[in-house]
Amino acid sequence: MTSPGSAPQSTGLFGRLSDRLSATRRALAQGFNELIGAGQPDAAVLEDLEATLLQADVGIDATARILETVKQSSGSAGTRAALRQALLDLIRPCQQPLAIDAAHRPYVIMVVGVNGAGKTTTIGKLASRLKTEGHKVMLAAADTFRAAAVEQLKVWGSRNDVPVIAQQTGADAAAVAHDALQAAQARAADVLIVDTAGRLHTQSGLMDELKKIQRVLQKLDATAPHEVLLVLDAGIGQNALAQLEHFHAAVGVTGLALTKLDGTARGGVVFAMAAKRPVPIRFIGVGEGIDDLRVFDAVEFVEALLPNGD
Amino acid sequence: MFENLTGRLQTTLKRLRGEARLTEDNIAEALREVRMALLEADVALPVVKTFIDDVRSKAVGQDVLTSLTPGQAVIKVVYDALVALMGEHNERLHLAVRPPAVVLMAGLQGSGKTTSTAKLARYLIEREKKSVMLVSGDVYRPAAIEQLQRLASQVGAQFFPSQPDQKPADIARAALEQARVSASDVLIVDTAGRLHVDAPMMEEIRALQSILNPVETLFVVDSMTGQDAVNTAKVFNEALPLTGVILTKTDGDARGGAALSVRQVTGKPIKFLGVGEKTDALEPFHPERLASRILGMGDVLSLVEQAQRTVDQDKAQQLARKISKGSGFDLEDFRDQLLQMEKMGGIASLMDKMPGLPKTPDAEQLQQGEKQMNRLVAIINSMTPAERRKPDIIRGSRKRRIAAGSGTQVQDVNRLLKQFTEMQTMMKRFGKGGMQKMLRGLKGRLPGMPF
Ligand SMILES: Nc1nc2c(ncn2[C@@H]2O[C@H](COP(=O)(O)OP(=O)(O)OP(=O)(O)O)[C@@H](O)[C@H]2O)c(=O)[nH]1
Ligand SMILES: Nc1nc2c(ncn2[C@@H]2O[C@H](COP(=O)(O)OP(=O)(O)O)[C@@H](O)[C@H]2O)c(=O)[nH]1
Ligand SMILES: [Mg+2]
Ligand SMILES: [Mg+2]
Repeated sequence: MTSPGSAPQSTGLFGRLSDRLSATRRALAQGFNELIGAGQPDAAVLEDLEATLLQADVGIDATARILETVKQSSGSAGTRAALRQALLDLIRPCQQPLAIDAAHRPYVIMVVGVNGAGKTTTIGKLASRLKTEGHKVMLAAADTFRAAAVEQLKVWGSRNDVPVIAQQTGADAAAVAHDALQAAQARAADVLIVDTAGRLHTQSGLMDELKKIQRVLQKLDATAPHEVLLVLDAGIGQNALAQLEHFHAAVGVTGLALTKLDGTARGGVVFAMAAKRPVPIRFIGVGEGIDDLRVFDAVEFVEALLPNGD
Repeated sequence: MFENLTGRLQTTLKRLRGEARLTEDNIAEALREVRMALLEADVALPVVKTFIDDVRSKAVGQDVLTSLTPGQAVIKVVYDALVALMGEHNERLHLAVRPPAVVLMAGLQGSGKTTSTAKLARYLIEREKKSVMLVSGDVYRPAAIEQLQRLASQVGAQFFPSQPDQKPADIARAALEQARVSASDVLIVDTAGRLHVDAPMMEEIRALQSILNPVETLFVVDSMTGQDAVNTAKVFNEALPLTGVILTKTDGDARGGAALSVRQVTGKPIKFLGVGEKTDALEPFHPERLASRILGMGDVLSLVEQAQRTVDQDKAQQLARKISKGSGFDLEDFRDQLLQMEKMGGIASLMDKMPGLPKTPDAEQLQQGEKQMNRLVAIINSMTPAERRKPDIIRGSRKRRIAAGSGTQVQDVNRLLKQFTEMQTMMKRFGKGGMQKMLRGLKGRLPGMPF
């Protein structure tokens, strides 16, 4: 565990991922290790499986569904393997990495989510990743509401040495987005990432503001935003389902990022989300450092939840 | 989003009807539904288990009151147990020490610590006339110190500056010293968000606690948190002598089951709810409201029960008679009705309990609504008994007198009279619909009320 701000040790992508996820893994493994063994699952085993899924925030409905699959499919391979397969089947369609389509320049990514989910930090990390991949990145500080939100994004801008288009706190968020896209077009940027203020999906006025940002972007580029990234805290419970529905209804969510997976929260609600509305999961956040963003990998994710053997 | 527990329970409960005593058997199914409701509300599984066992043992053997169906009796036991678990009373901050009284904020990243720091400061400055100093020990998150500085100046608190290259422990020592020198009543120390599994960071906040010796150490929890709440709460509670909990972002539609998990794991009272992003969006905690919300059952029973407890029975019956006759509903009754709504915990709490009504709208709108309600009561209070019985006689000069007497405008009086006429018509239409229909009928009829 590194404290925020300290330099990340690089033990290679896989090493670091499983490092960071090991807390998650241990917690779930505890539950599952007792359940190994082949043959038909008996009631007690299923009950334990149910408990494990529920405690990972998978939710009642999705848990019931997954267990149904497990019951039907588990044969010689064993309950554990059947569960792994069921989880994988559910989440694999969500493994669609973000691809910056060169046909759209600047490629506009609008980042949305509830308060404190990790939007701004994810943008800081994403800017670093995209820049490393050779893209010319710009940021738009369209969180004009929260105190010092603009300054927070500016710090990430200077860490990455990428320009941040901003106005003062209290300015019109859509106007900032508009200026930023105009600037990005003028400077021939490859990618523009728009930070937005955290908002609860129940606040219709603020959801309208988000739509307005989108409309304003579309005035300059009818195809923008090209990605609407919904950021979710891995510790979130069942409310994530409502968040997805409402943000989707407002601005059409095209991708998810799951943050704070470096704790013991498992982010299991994405299984419930995948069952209802399979949206690509683009990234996972595994820390507060600039390199703590990973491309979502279904096998790794399930493996992190449910280690194969040991 | 979620299927209503009320809806779900209906079938189960029908089967229970007519049984005189609660038994393991006849409540098993109802408890299964309650378990599901709790899980849907994100109450952590181990907490759900303990809770259900507790409720079962309380319920079995109870006689079913004639006024309730056995199903309702189970729900009553569940509801009462929930309220009891979350603390019957609203616990306040205990700041009665030799100043400066230090408050330490702790919690995960993004839970709402900094905002809550500012809200608390505002609350103490405005309501308790304290002088408050704020300091940020968040040297990690970009612009975190600046965020607090802005908020401090918004709420009129003193701000003790710190720098990202300082050590939080040094900041804490210096701030404490300065708070002494400047004779501040309260020093609130904001800290960086940290994961409970981050050992160095947990050590850091332990050190802060021992330097500051705070009288209140508050754990700030996001009400949208899922099952992991038990794990985080447990570790924070072991690391720090927590004195209370602030539950944030309750202005959304999360059911807030994490509150129950945290409460059970730490045993510490929830002292405040965050109900919005602005610095005045802080409310004292009401266990009843949260209980209904967690159960998500549009809890008619508790409404009825609260009505029984608080509403003057005679008046209620009188009113019921008048309404069922479809006539004679006068302004006096209207006022009683408004006052009763208030007694029952205001519009917000009523709305939380009514099935089929939209979720509680945002706090600001509600406050508007409640203010409006108070104004209506004031207007009626300024009328003579004759005017209340026969609103038709209220003409020009009477209107002016009433407006002057209640500190309102003639338009306000006109509006009230118009609403009242509409209400009367509605009452007639409903016949003996009772309170529930009536309240639903009120929907949209009172200005400023968003529902
Ligand atoms: N441990 C950990 N912390 C994270 C991660 N991502 C973000 N955070 C922290 O979570 C907190 C909130 O992150 P922000 O990026 O400010 O979140 P936001 O969604 O922009 O917040 P608002 O704009 O205030 O709504 C900060 O303290 C971040 O450092 C992560 O993957 N792991
Ligand atoms: N809607 C709502 N947002 C809140 C509430 N409390 C805090 N926030 C927001 O949640 C986000 C994180 O809050 P902050 O105080 O910075 O959290 P910290 O990281 O724990 O210090 C910010 O966007 C706040 O505006 C609340 O009660 N309701
Ligand atoms: Mg932000
Ligand atoms: Mg903070």
